[in-house]
Amino acid sequence: MSDLSRRRLITTGLAAAAGASGLAVANKLAQRYGLIPPDHGGLYGAGETLTYAAQRILTKHSWAREFPRSAITKPPFADGEPPKQEAFRRLQAGGFADWRLHVDGLVARPASFSVADLKNHPSRSQITHLACEEGWSYIAEWTGVPLSHVLDVVGIMPQARYVVYFSIDPEWWDSLDMADALHPQTLVTYGMNGAELPVGHGGPLRLRVPRQLGYKNVKYITRLTVTDDLKQFGEGLGSVSPEGGYAWYAGI
Amino acid sequence: MPVREAATRHSALVRVTHWITTACFLALLVSGIEIVISHPRFYWGETGTIFTPALFQLPIPASRSSVPTGYGYVLPDQNGWSRYLHFQAAWAVVITGFLYIISSLFSGHLQKNLLPRGADLSWRAFSSAIANHLRFKRPGDEEAWSYNPLQRLTYLFVIFVLFPMVIWTGLAMSPAIASVFPSAVTVLGGQQSARTIHFFISVFLFLFLLVHIMMICLAGFRNRMRAMITGRAAAGKERA
Repeated sequence: MSDLSRRRLITTGLAAAAGASGLAVANKLAQRYGLIPPDHGGLYGAGETLTYAAQRILTKHSWAREFPRSAITKPPFADGEPPKQEAFRRLQAGGFADWRLHVDGLVARPASFSVADLKNHPSRSQITHLACEEGWSYIAEWTGVPLSHVLDVVGIMPQARYVVYFSIDPEWWDSLDMADALHPQTLVTYGMNGAELPVGHGGPLRLRVPRQLGYKNVKYITRLTVTDDLKQFGEGLGSVSPEGGYAWYAGI
Repeated sequence: MPVREAATRHSALVRVTHWITTACFLALLVSGIEIVISHPRFYWGETGTIFTPALFQLPIPASRSSVPTGYGYVLPDQNGWSRYLHFQAAWAVVITGFLYIISSLFSGHLQKNLLPRGADLSWRAFSSAIANHLRFKRPGDEEAWSYNPLQRLTYLFVIFVLFPMVIWTGLAMSPAIASVFPSAVTVLGGQQSARTIHFFISVFLFLFLLVHIMMICLAGFRNRMRAMITGRAAAGKERA
């Protein structure tokens, strides 16, 4: 073995060792600071983890852009059909007076709110951009109670790591990490463009997460569960999206 | 015919980063087409839906029923894995690109092979390079070791203009990135403008790929491929 190739072998070995230990340290730090998404496994796990970790660090305190009233898109486009469940039709016939949002899990005081209850809490209105993963987007004004306020009312426990939210449509549920759940622009929305939230847009209640794509903004929400472990929900990937082949984190 | 074997034409780093970039680009292209198919309409500004006027619409069927295309059918929806693959390949190509640029600066590859040489910057050098290209003239021996002036400018344009622009416009479509760097979106004209520009730059990159492959065939496919795989080039003319 010549000197050159020996030197090369040693440098390569050292670089590989440094790389491996670097990865191990990075993994420890990422676990500790919550930078690993629930769908980190599988073929696309590496890219997904890099995206989530990078954006989680960058967007810690950032606010989604808010627009002037003149920027509101007319008419707003409502994608999809209202839920076909009999329960939904019954509630809709009653003007959603009996709609309930149940909040449970790792909370001190589990509670359930009607739409009217939520309207008695401090509200926030914001004009933000909603982009669908398909490519289209619109701007609208959304009004609702900040999710952080709802979580304050029920009192979340210190070990809380995620908020899981469910639609009346059993095929649609999702979850947020605490950074997005406690973000001031994350709203339990009941109003849109100065009126009640239309059924096409998720009325009576839709969770609005303006720093993520449309599909994280689950419509017709009936339940919020605070948890420290996503494994117990569905296939354990954090939402129905990864089960259908889509990323859990949709800040992209 | 005697073939003169000589020193390396492409360093190991150039070869490895070239083929990783190739794989990533193909993954980005295929997944990008799949993503576009779900909404083949393009807009200018911040917003755009099927209710608002489009800048243009590609005359293709869509993979979602919400888009009126004029076709009586909807293509299978492949957006899920396409998006996962698109972002994973984007990470890989960005990391590879950084590695390439930083090592090119240190190894002298950038100065020696990419920046135009003094003599290249004359009109004479340019017009002769353009004339040679238009005549589909096979490159001479002197080009077996480095790039001609047109090639240098094209590579510089792809590496330092098209790739950064496609990354920028891609990131500008992200609502989370827009929340951190709002002006990166507004200077482009809005999120839908970013998407439209992203599409056009991808078209330019695809055209570059086609011309690149054409030029390799013209210059001697086997020789140029061998140079990019093994690093060695044969200087003598070779019948591919």
